[in-house]
Amino acid sequence: MANSQKMKNKKADTLDAALDRVTDGSTILVAGFGFGGVPEVLIEGLCGRGLRGLTLVNNNAGNGRIGVARLIEEGCVAKMICTFSTSKDSFVFTDLHDKGKIDLEIVPQGTLAERLRAAGAGLGGVLTPTGLGTGLAEGKPVMEIDGREYVVERPLHADFALVKAKQVDPRGNLTYRMAARNFNPLMAMAADCTIVEATEEVPLGAMDPDTVVTPGVFVDCYYIAGPYTPGTIGKPAS
Amino acid sequence: MKNPNLLTREQMACRVAAELQDGWLVNLGIGIPTLVVNYIPEGRDVIFHSENGIIGMGPKPTREEDIDPDLMSAGKGPVTLIKGGAFVHHADSFAVARGGRLDAAVLGAFQVAANGDLANWRLPGATRGNVGGAMDIAVGAKQVFATMTHTDKGGEPKIVETLTYPLTTQRCVTKIFTDMAVVAVTPEGYVLEEVAPGFTVDEVVAATGAKLILPDSIGTIGTIAA
Repeated sequence: MANSQKMKNKKADTLDAALDRVTDGSTILVAGFGFGGVPEVLIEGLCGRGLRGLTLVNNNAGNGRIGVARLIEEGCVAKMICTFSTSKDSFVFTDLHDKGKIDLEIVPQGTLAERLRAAGAGLGGVLTPTGLGTGLAEGKPVMEIDGREYVVERPLHADFALVKAKQVDPRGNLTYRMAARNFNPLMAMAADCTIVEATEEVPLGAMDPDTVVTPGVFVDCYYIAGPYTPGTIGKPAS
Repeated sequence: MKNPNLLTREQMACRVAAELQDGWLVNLGIGIPTLVVNYIPEGRDVIFHSENGIIGMGPKPTREEDIDPDLMSAGKGPVTLIKGGAFVHHADSFAVARGGRLDAAVLGAFQVAANGDLANWRLPGATRGNVGGAMDIAVGAKQVFATMTHTDKGGEPKIVETLTYPLTTQRCVTKIFTDMAVVAVTPEGYVLEEVAPGFTVDEVVAATGAKLILPDSIGTIGTIAA
């Protein structure tokens, strides 16, 4: 079929092929919330590469010693942008932050979602009532619209997004599973290069177009990670 | 020694649950609010929203095999989905909150001020904080119910005239549920509505850091066994 022969090949056969393009100093969106929708295989693949000066965007600032926390512990991360900086097991981050070795930007969760969406949608920012009068609005412009005040928040654009999907097809169309959707569709839209790990690949034409959440136009590259139990990638065997 | 008349977390959650009406869409914060889902009166149709994109969150699964890492609450605990529930991404989830669709939000609190200002995300002088979705949810919900102990560990009142803790959201709290009392936040000031069994009105007034308006009739909090 002529059409499919010309189709851009987005599939990375190896993890390295998916991740080799990530360079020092990159801003990287890391999707997921709790155990749901975390691209654990991609994050694990970034570890041990000696990357430096990364800015990571994630809901949390790493938990335990795996995933985002391992990247932080390896000294890869210069700045963390998150909503929840201090969980009981975010000691890797809090220790480095106490020592002044990593910067922190705290963003309200709904504002983070809309800043990502704004970046993906080509908007110059967001007007939100969230954070008005708080320390998180300090230094930001405030605009009055129809008698109500709003904080002006800037779009949050990134070099890379790491996304976890349930299914992917050769065009890069994505579906998600339950609450594992969370930040994934927003982050997929907000980066120059969106790298996906999918649980499974389906043939071209096999995905019901009505179920596509992220159309492949937002996806640059995908890797088939296969099924695994969330929270286990990178964990030492016990 | 801790006063045995202080309500337990479960008793506080049970009292808040009684406040949630048929047909309401409600967001529950982490901590005591999470327990509220367990005490909704039988037959009352309250729909729970979870910030991570669950509309129609149900109680935690009763069978181990039904625990699913892709179906967790904002507090990262396993939950279920009610029939007719839906999943949305984070921007839509917070559109529900900020866009005024929540009839109520139940949130933990460090302090509440007489004008309804809420403090619950950062300790004074801290270099970090946990804002999560609190600022967005509190700014958008039609009513914000704050749940907290009446005083802090040092015995200092958490119901105060003006905040000394960092602000989460301005003028949002409508009612406070503590281990001693139920206090409404009104344009006239705090109104003491109910007192926990075993406490006198004077004891509640003494543990409160702001003027309490005392109506002629003050109820007793209905409780479950501790």
